[in-house]
Amino acid sequence: MSEILLDVKHLKTYFPIKGGVIRKTVGYVRAVEDVSLTIHEKETFSLVGESGCGKSTTGRTILRLIEPTEGEIYFEGENLCSLDAEAMRQKRRDMQLVFQDPYSSLNPRMTVRKLLEEPLITHFKLSQDELNERVLWISGAVGISPEQLDRYPHQFSGGQRQRIAIARALITRPRFVVADEPVSALDVSIQAQVLNLLMSLQEELGLSYLFISHDLNVVRHISNRVGVMYLGRIVETGDTEEVYTHPLHPYTQALLSAIPRRDPSEPKTRIHLQGDVPSPANPPSGCPFHNRCPQCMGICKETMPQAKDMGGGHLVSCHLFD
Amino acid sequence: MDHLLEMRNLSIDLYKGKKTPAVKLVEGIDLTLEKRQNFGVVGESGCGKSITCSSIMGLLSFPLSVGAGSSIRFQREDGSVSELTSLPKAEMRKIRGKEISMIFQEPMTALDPMYTIEEQIQETLRFHTDMNRAQMHDAALEMLNRVKIPRAAEILKDYPHHLSGGMLQRVMIAIALINNPRLLIADEPTTALDVTIQAQILDLMNDLRESYDTSVIMITHDLGVIAETCEQVAVFYAGQVVEQTDVNTLFHAPAHPYTEGLLRSVTSLSGAQKELYTIRGTVPTAGNFSSGCRFADRCTHCTEQCRKSIPPLSEIEPGHLCRCFLHSKKETEGQA
Repeated sequence: MSEILLDVKHLKTYFPIKGGVIRKTVGYVRAVEDVSLTIHEKETFSLVGESGCGKSTTGRTILRLIEPTEGEIYFEGENLCSLDAEAMRQKRRDMQLVFQDPYSSLNPRMTVRKLLEEPLITHFKLSQDELNERVLWISGAVGISPEQLDRYPHQFSGGQRQRIAIARALITRPRFVVADEPVSALDVSIQAQVLNLLMSLQEELGLSYLFISHDLNVVRHISNRVGVMYLGRIVETGDTEEVYTHPLHPYTQALLSAIPRRDPSEPKTRIHLQGDVPSPANPPSGCPFHNRCPQCMGICKETMPQAKDMGGGHLVSCHLFD
Repeated sequence: MDHLLEMRNLSIDLYKGKKTPAVKLVEGIDLTLEKRQNFGVVGESGCGKSITCSSIMGLLSFPLSVGAGSSIRFQREDGSVSELTSLPKAEMRKIRGKEISMIFQEPMTALDPMYTIEEQIQETLRFHTDMNRAQMHDAALEMLNRVKIPRAAEILKDYPHHLSGGMLQRVMIAIALINNPRLLIADEPTTALDVTIQAQILDLMNDLRESYDTSVIMITHDLGVIAETCEQVAVFYAGQVVEQTDVNTLFHAPAHPYTEGLLRSVTSLSGAQKELYTIRGTVPTAGNFSSGCRFADRCTHCTEQCRKSIPPLSEIEPGHLCRCFLHSKKETEGQA
């Protein structure tokens, strides 16, 4: 196994709920609740879960775009939480982010060239020649032709804009990229193009990805390891194929069975979940999944299950395996 | 007329100003819907699937309009046949919400935040029936139970912001079905929902459809949703139907290169190969269509003929329509 690039330990992110006349804190939205994960070099780790489970917040907290409430984030052995603002800014050269919506993440008043130069100007002192060279290199790598560089974002389609957003993230030659739902806003035939691009760039540049998505098929294709999130916690994690073929946690099983079939003649074996995801401001006691779990036991309502290794790094947090 | 709905040569114009000619967003759509049929309409964004179905409800407004020579014939409850494109407004209002209803993509924006769930369900009853207050309350309550909403009596008094997306979509379905319509148009009903909630809603729709005897037109970009719910499918590309057949044939023996490409780019996701199958290029925008086949620039089988003339939508096998010269050629060779 290659070296560990990112090590997140017991990360918590709470957002205060303010109420009353003097805006007193009356409670917390527990968006990320005790998340630990490791990402190795040149690896893709995916976080998958339903909306509101805290996967995007986890990604942003790791880059300290949102300050963590508790926990430690080690990147190349250095604790990011102890860095001051300037040191963190310099660190972001090596850790970048690709956003979900390419229609709102690019400044409409800047040309593609300006958009691509901006991160270089922020992070490096380069001459105009060097800037041009870098811009041409990255635009070639993501498939934007040189004559398109002086156009504005609105002249591009969604897939091309996402290529520009990826180029912007990769132009500083980062080692680690958080990709937050990078293909969710795109059509099926364009999704495949962008996913192929992300994978070929990973090989070329030796990148590690934290890939955040709600699309289970996309996650299966792109990632080496996967973490399933529910209500701010990772309930199951392991090698992608292992988790998809032998899901252990009842939530993972239900989630995988809910994927619409690709073939109408396949038999239906669907696990029905009752109700909705509870609010992270008021999570249920014990296991957060117990009120929707088809295999709920007495102990589940009282104590939070601990993560247990079922072999080969396949961790699951469920009392069924005590 | 034996069919429930017959769409013939439908086109939709986009008005671009007095001096420029109108742009045809969709062209030459022929669809036939049988009673109790589940019809799927699938295509990528901008292919015209939503406006085609909105035109059935008469929901197109300026600058969009139904083009000359279009016909949408609908069989009414009393057995008579109405031409929906030329129906007077008052008559159309009697059909909307009563004989044809619609479910929209985003339940969060489709409901009015100022009214309770009960008032919104009763609005359509008040318009179309002569029930009194107590009857309407009972009907609304029963309907919420049928769409499996827990604590229905309490939910009736709630406002839309009290409910989650999945619950709101159930309310939308309740409103759409309460007058027992002959046709239900569902425009991306699960796109805004999570997978586990999507599964709940699709199962609910399948159950209700059986008990209500309603035909459904399911508009979606997700081939998985089609596989789950539909019997007949029409594939849209750039404002035209490129292929139409039953769901099993579509998934196992797609004829049009675009359908094949779509299916391959989806199924290769779950396959073992590293490189995903892609359709090269992007969808052409309306007004910039080539004079030949609209898929020609992205097609791997493109020939000289494809660039010159538009292939006709021809029947390559009984009940299987395809708009591609590859198959019309085979046909003529077979005859010769």
